[in-house]
Amino acid sequence: MKNRRLKKGINSSTFLLMITIILFFTMYIAGMIIYSDNGFAKPQMFLNLLISNAGLIVIGCGMTLVMITGGIDISVGSVTALVCMSAAYVMENKGCNIYVAVAISIVLGGVFGIVQGYLIAYLDIQPFIVTLAGMFFGRGMTAVISTDMISIKNELFLKWANCKIYLPFGSVNRKGVYQQAYIYPTVIIALAIVIILSFALKYTKFGRRLYAIGGNQQSALMMGLNIRKTKMQAYILNGFLTGIGGFLFCLNSCAGFVEQAKGMEMDGISAAVIGGTLLSGGVGTVIGTLFGVLIKGTISCLITTQGTLSSWWVRIVLSALLCFFIVLQSVLSSSKKKNSR
Amino acid sequence: MKRRVFFSIMVVCLIATLTACKAKSDSTVGTDVSNSSGDLIKVGFSQVGAESDWRTANSESMKKTFSEENGYELIFDDAQQKQENQIAAIRNFIQQDVDYIVLAPVTETGWDTVLQEAKDAGIPVIIVDRMVNVSDEGLYTAWVGSNFELEGKKAAAWLDAYLKAAGKGEDSINIVDIQGTIGASAQIGRTAGLEAGVNEHSNWTLLVKTTGEFTQAKGQEVMESLLKQYGDKIDVVYCENDNEAFGAIDAIEAAGYKVGLDGDMIVMSFDSTNAGLTDTLSGKISLNTECNPLHGTRVEEIIKTLEKGETPDKKKYVEEEIFSFDNSVPSVTVDGTDYTVTQVTQEVIDSRAY
Repeated sequence: MKNRRLKKGINSSTFLLMITIILFFTMYIAGMIIYSDNGFAKPQMFLNLLISNAGLIVIGCGMTLVMITGGIDISVGSVTALVCMSAAYVMENKGCNIYVAVAISIVLGGVFGIVQGYLIAYLDIQPFIVTLAGMFFGRGMTAVISTDMISIKNELFLKWANCKIYLPFGSVNRKGVYQQAYIYPTVIIALAIVIILSFALKYTKFGRRLYAIGGNQQSALMMGLNIRKTKMQAYILNGFLTGIGGFLFCLNSCAGFVEQAKGMEMDGISAAVIGGTLLSGGVGTVIGTLFGVLIKGTISCLITTQGTLSSWWVRIVLSALLCFFIVLQSVLSSSKKKNSR
Repeated sequence: MKRRVFFSIMVVCLIATLTACKAKSDSTVGTDVSNSSGDLIKVGFSQVGAESDWRTANSESMKKTFSEENGYELIFDDAQQKQENQIAAIRNFIQQDVDYIVLAPVTETGWDTVLQEAKDAGIPVIIVDRMVNVSDEGLYTAWVGSNFELEGKKAAAWLDAYLKAAGKGEDSINIVDIQGTIGASAQIGRTAGLEAGVNEHSNWTLLVKTTGEFTQAKGQEVMESLLKQYGDKIDVVYCENDNEAFGAIDAIEAAGYKVGLDGDMIVMSFDSTNAGLTDTLSGKISLNTECNPLHGTRVEEIIKTLEKGETPDKKKYVEEEIFSFDNSVPSVTVDGTDYTVTQVTQEVIDSRAY
């Protein structure tokens, strides 16, 4: 009996992940078949998903961590804007070099993580409220630094942003010119973070503590886990990831301005949910989140390729998917309860 | 048992998504067929969004120009005011092997990387409306948009001609400038046009320049405080868009003054939206200088030039009209070129596309 329950527990989390992965491949392969004339079958089309969403992947990973503890962070969009603006400001107006900008980005994210983590873990304030305040603060500070759009013209920065890494395959375009597929360094960083985190979640004490706290805080407490410390660590790590993700986002957009990355927190949350992370905590993987981001990218890619549909359909399809996954989650968790009785 | 239920739910959902995809493919079969049969020129257009009437008219103009009857296949993408969406859309256009990319940028900054990708793929990029601020001008082929400074100069030239025609050419004239959002290219150009006019006339005085942020509420607020400060000393109110003019007119009328050519204050405005021209017809706005959103034909001209293998002009301005309440000034001259001034009638308003 015990054995069976254990199996079941593993199943519900891998089951959600499986659905996400299957869904992604179904959608993408369907797109390749339908729009093969429109370049959907090209490898570069897939790589573009990673290139355009590198920042979101990293931010979504951070979001997954805090969601596993049962929390949430809605400040990430504003922090991204603040990171981009600060990086652009110090490079363009203060003449600092790119390394200073990177350091500032990561430190900024870390500071947000520490302050929010402390308020949430040690003062027991609702994560939603704390990060809501963080969201307003971040956006406000961005405007305080500058209300202008700052274009980054730093040579080394542009070199990083435009540094194509060519892959040993490619495709032929309509004019018959062979074009080699490429990625940017941002993709490698994002994927490396996903891999490191997924190992960390699975095989380190920290990872196991996260799942334990999110699954059942009471029993985790009784097991002698330091809940406050673990939560704090999760938010700090999330903060650093947001800082890194923000900088990757900046490498993609090459600019800093107030309106940047608006609503990105919602993209991150929806990617995590589609990727199989439970809003109630305890279940979730960063690999799932990666696929969540890819699914979102694929939907908008399909709709852009289609060419005549309004791009607002992306939101509609996403909302339908979210509904589907939330219903699935609640069915799974209610069955889990019944089983454990 | 439970597991079997989940499994069946999952299968049903997957089938549903699959059929949804299938349904989508059916609806696109029509375009696919025409695509392969004719030699359509493929144009990808990334639009900012649909935030104003002006923007909607701009999108409609593009859709109308790049229709299949005219030999084009337009891929239209609405970026919902997000730069990252536009960047992703341009990457998508590149992979779709479009012949031309048309971009109405949401911001002036941050286009270096993606425009470089387009250049590497050999796809010409035409920028419309706002300018892009890139390190290398060679990253885009051409730009189409409004000449905001010329708009301002036209308005100033009309004021000069009108005052002379009315026999007030030597009177001292006090002007207030309700500016647009500071830093917007429309604000910079229109203010510069007015300032050039003021510098040419020793009897014109620019009392104050202050921003109305292109909105009706702010325009009204600013005008109220200006009226308190200067009262009937003000002869001309120069509003940098229609919305500000609506607010200013409300404030002036609330203070008991009459707007119009035969009233206490002349209100001048820009954009020539439908509502703006309606106020011009009733005489509340004396002069309305157009800001033309119909960029489609100009972009098509550029594409045709490129198709012939020629190099188009790097910057191309759209033609913009001038609308006035009365017909005392038939035309104005700016920098040696004559521009016709159209008297607004209901027919003129009805015949316009936006």
